[in-house]
Amino acid sequence: MWRDNLRAIYYIVLKDIKTYYLKPPSISWGIVFPIAWTLAFYLRHPGGFINLIPGLIAMTILFSTTAAEAVVINFELRLGSLERLLLAPVNLSAVLIGKILGGVVFGLMMTIVITVGSTLVLGIYPNYFHLFLIIIPSLFVFASLGALLCVLVKEVFEAQTLLNLPRFLMIFLSGVVYPISAMPAALRYFSYILPLTHTVNGLRNAFGAGSNTTVIYEMLILFGFFLLFLIPAVKLLSKKFE
Amino acid sequence: MNDVIIKVSQLTKVFKDITAVDHISFEIKQGEVFGFLGPNGAGKTSTIRILTGISKPNQGSASILGFDISSEMVRIKKYIGVVPEISNLYDELSGLDNLIFMAQLYGVPKAERKNRAEALLEMFNLYERKHSLFRTYSRGMKRSLTIAAALIHNPKILFLDEPTVGLDVMAARSLRNLISNLHKQGMTIFLTTHYLEEADLLCDRVAILVKGKIIATDSPARLKSANQDQSVIDVVFSNNVTPLINQFADALPENKITAIDNNKLRIYGGVPNKVYHNLCVIAHDNGLEIESINSIKPSLEDAFIKITGLSPNIMRTEKGKK
Repeated sequence: MWRDNLRAIYYIVLKDIKTYYLKPPSISWGIVFPIAWTLAFYLRHPGGFINLIPGLIAMTILFSTTAAEAVVINFELRLGSLERLLLAPVNLSAVLIGKILGGVVFGLMMTIVITVGSTLVLGIYPNYFHLFLIIIPSLFVFASLGALLCVLVKEVFEAQTLLNLPRFLMIFLSGVVYPISAMPAALRYFSYILPLTHTVNGLRNAFGAGSNTTVIYEMLILFGFFLLFLIPAVKLLSKKFE
Repeated sequence: MNDVIIKVSQLTKVFKDITAVDHISFEIKQGEVFGFLGPNGAGKTSTIRILTGISKPNQGSASILGFDISSEMVRIKKYIGVVPEISNLYDELSGLDNLIFMAQLYGVPKAERKNRAEALLEMFNLYERKHSLFRTYSRGMKRSLTIAAALIHNPKILFLDEPTVGLDVMAARSLRNLISNLHKQGMTIFLTTHYLEEADLLCDRVAILVKGKIIATDSPARLKSANQDQSVIDVVFSNNVTPLINQFADALPENKITAIDNNKLRIYGGVPNKVYHNLCVIAHDNGLEIESINSIKPSLEDAFIKITGLSPNIMRTEKGKK
């Protein structure tokens, strides 16, 4: 049975990448938006641009993984094509993992472009192994967060609206552009329950920018977030077919 | 031909306070075309969704090819093909790519995928449009491709949920021929329909389903013969006779009268000659002109009306319409 599930996951990812992710709307959300956002901050403070790189990578992970979740889940639910997948010899969690993994693969492609591009241009040398330890679980966390929010609602536009809430909340409160240490105490504590904070902390660590936590600690927290989003997403999707 | 391939026992599905499927039991034999016949909301789709692993029953059990649906659904799915009510393939993929994607999901060996997909496209007269996107297909073509997708892994059993709903006459006829051909090739087919003539034409046996309960299961021929004890007469007037239906009922107390149209009545039972005479009298007294009177053979629709007590109009209502 696990072979059936793995095979289905593989082909769902390939199909989703081909039909949804490698299309202009996803690419613009996944890559153009984080770059435009970062450039806006660069023009304001050109001197501190290097410090923005972990935030830029974190934003790319966040936006690219969630760029097409509403389409791959809500649109397919509406058309019945997600149900079509469940008619194949595969279980529901494998279908959802396939949907999440599509976001992960696309996010990884976008993140590699941004990371390699920015480090080469700026001549900075992060710890690539540490980057890997943070980027991979982060991709899973935000793709599964996107999946969870999408299965909560019915329509594509509802999902897009709902996704924007954590996206923008996390940009401002997770240390992407404003240091968490400069925030009021209440917001500082709040920021630690946001997964993007742990991505940014881990990335800062990998870039040697200083952080009071370790990469392994952040990675474990991110893994916890992944399960926290994945398990209810599977249960909610299962309920939709009851 | 006598091997039981699907066995359902006391299957029940409840949605909040609605019992969609109410303790139904039936068996389907290998090579048989078995139809679920009933109006919209009778529980046909709910049953098919349970048997194909989309939803779970609240009570009861079922086995397909000897495998239990509650514990071995993934294994069962390898041997069944399902055509849902909605043609739900991918708009963004071509006909060929849709079939190849389905072949990938079902684990069809790589070397065989394209050949099988192209053979099915030929069989369903879609080969010329194999590179066109699914969204550009007509409704009938979409339905054909959805059936082709359900056959890509050579299933032993085909589930068809309302296969011809929404199709024009020609497309529906062509699809019924395809289903007949699959039956001739020995495939076991479980279909749901609310078209009485479709069930009559295609099915070896039908189960009549009303409000989640099976109220009769037999071959269409036997269901019809059970109704042959009474005559059925269709009478067409040149005027609207619906305001006078009570008057007809009073004049023909031994008969059951149904308005088929504004100017057409169907009269069940009684001695035909006496019915003809009484009809002429009522027509004369009310200044009505009779256009035609025909004594007709009982159809599955007549059997359905007799068994269920429902109006045939309820079967003509499409899903989502009143």
